[in-house]
Amino acid sequence: MLRILHQIFRTGIVTEPLPKEVEAEIGIVGARLEEAIIKRFRRSLTIRMVDAGSCNGCELEIHALNNPIYNCERFGIHFTASPRFADMLLVTGPVSRNMEIALRRTYNATPPPKLVVAVGDCGCNGGIFDENYASLGGIGKIIPVDATIPGCPPKPVDLLKGILRVIGR
Amino acid sequence: MSTLKESFTSKLGTDARQDGNQYPASVTVFHVPRERFIEAARAMKTSDARLVAEWATDETLFGRGFDILACFAKGPEYLIVKTEAPVEDPAFPTLTKKFVAAYRFERQIRSLMGVIPAGHPDPRHWIKHEDWPEDAWPLRKSFDPSKPIPRVNGEYNFIKAEGEGVYEIPVGPVHAGIIEPGHFRFQAVGEDILNLEEKLGYVHKGIEKRFEALSWTEGVKLSGRVSGDTTVAHALAYCRAIEAMTGCNPPDRALWLRALMLERERIANHLGDIGAICNDAAFAFLLYQLSRLREVILRTNDRLFGHRFMMDRVIPGGVANDITPDGVKEILSELDSLSGEFERLIVIYDENPSLEDRVRDTGILTPGDAKELGVVGFVARASSQSLDCRILSPFPPYDRIIPRMAVLQTGDVHARAWVRIEEVRESIRIIREMLNTLPEGKISVRFDPPPADRAGFAVVEGWRGEIVYWVQSGPRGEINRCMVRDPSSVNWLAVEQAIHGNIVPDFPLCNKSFNQSYSGHDL
Repeated sequence: MLRILHQIFRTGIVTEPLPKEVEAEIGIVGARLEEAIIKRFRRSLTIRMVDAGSCNGCELEIHALNNPIYNCERFGIHFTASPRFADMLLVTGPVSRNMEIALRRTYNATPPPKLVVAVGDCGCNGGIFDENYASLGGIGKIIPVDATIPGCPPKPVDLLKGILRVIGR
Repeated sequence: MSTLKESFTSKLGTDARQDGNQYPASVTVFHVPRERFIEAARAMKTSDARLVAEWATDETLFGRGFDILACFAKGPEYLIVKTEAPVEDPAFPTLTKKFVAAYRFERQIRSLMGVIPAGHPDPRHWIKHEDWPEDAWPLRKSFDPSKPIPRVNGEYNFIKAEGEGVYEIPVGPVHAGIIEPGHFRFQAVGEDILNLEEKLGYVHKGIEKRFEALSWTEGVKLSGRVSGDTTVAHALAYCRAIEAMTGCNPPDRALWLRALMLERERIANHLGDIGAICNDAAFAFLLYQLSRLREVILRTNDRLFGHRFMMDRVIPGGVANDITPDGVKEILSELDSLSGEFERLIVIYDENPSLEDRVRDTGILTPGDAKELGVVGFVARASSQSLDCRILSPFPPYDRIIPRMAVLQTGDVHARAWVRIEEVRESIRIIREMLNTLPEGKISVRFDPPPADRAGFAVVEGWRGEIVYWVQSGPRGEINRCMVRDPSSVNWLAVEQAIHGNIVPDFPLCNKSFNQSYSGHDL
């Protein structure tokens, strides 16, 4: 127990001292994001993440949003296990044929405002997998998309910026 | 002790014909008549070999029928047995009764290539879900991948348990966390799991078919996205396979840089996953501490290689990025601080009784099951199997910078976590050695596409384990077939076995300790 406490004190709050090149960006994005979240979602934006066929690259970066360095909860962004509680679906692609129905069901289970953000190059347009019998292309081919965050995979900062873009509108 | 090759020729005699189109030559390919395929497998079984992969190819562009290939391995030796099936009778005798690992490979061959494993115990399709038409065989040359395939009515029959108090829990494909999709069907009584059955294939993207539409150099981009968490190792295995076909020898500096990236990928994934295992045992402290360390590694990757996961940095003929002397210094000093931080955290892991209570004796994969299933990677090493391609089938610099293999016997969640802890330590050590011996010179050579009708084979030890690529050129020198075998293709079978005797609430913890790839499996 003492070791744990010691480690916690030794580590301190790592969320603050971001590397310089990211700090400015995150600071601005974060503040605007917080404002938008307070205004539109009463302090908390709840996201359901759906992997509709991705290679797992995007998932790793979405995960990183929860690490103590990006710490997205400080902006009121929270990931939920159920689409029923979600304000936003963060969807990675390409949409595989075998996930199409599950994606539609998840979308239908989500209450309004049902914001959909397509993540990654594959989520935007199918990426390197293109369109074929098994990959149906970008998320927009299956459900309405409000915003896209390109990148292969997009960096955590780009994910935060992309989320802001859609709720700040 | 005789080699697989010797025992093969002694058992099969003159019926075994050696194939000369296979590269590297160290991997022997034997043609056998279809009726002796089983006998060949039996010879491999008695020689104590494991089944590495089994796949089929459509050879109609060469004017032939289908080939069915089974790759076996024992220690450093890989041997491929190949048999033919004519177009009018696309079938071969099943190996599943000899090798459990063949169970899903053969279902997949039937589903995607339409070649029937005669006598296979399970008639259900794999990857091909119940709403696909029966005659949609995407890996056949006659199949047009650009056309969507219609949905038909169908049902997938899960194995059901019956009796008083028995109930079923369906989980997925959309899971609760930020993870890939797949379906798990539990049969349970109270909290006790009677049976777990996986249904995968949800992220099937037609990767193997897609390779056939790409050029040799475009292919590496796709291989780097078979499983995004293992981008370096997959790209490397693809490159090594096609370089073997053409005799392309990347310069030493490129080999060292490839290994450096491979080990950095291993460290980053191990750090994240050890933390995630602790988190699933309700010890979030280590998740946050270790994900912080992981982030440091990724940022350094981004600075030095231009990408956080080092995607597209391994290319045919070498690597895309060089590293400066300052970059070397940066990595070395980062490793010093990482190592110190990591060791402090591992003491905490090791001394925490409530964590120990959850991870010990949970999700046991017995050494016997591990061997029978032919699992690979850290899953195998946690269950007594001494398998690591870096040590058994080394390529430079692993032939002189040799990692120590961490092997444990208990096969539980703790063993899988601890093997990975030891591997972080080893990777740190060997990266230092690589950087201290980094050769000067060029980082890539020109890569020329291979001639027609050749096949290349490569294995690379990614962080999950042995990755296998078998790539074949067609009559016009194009990619005719690219077989990808992620470690997950065999290791997923082990999750079902390890869960026996556990309770439903421990499933996430058990599953996380395996952390197999859905995308790498579904392709």
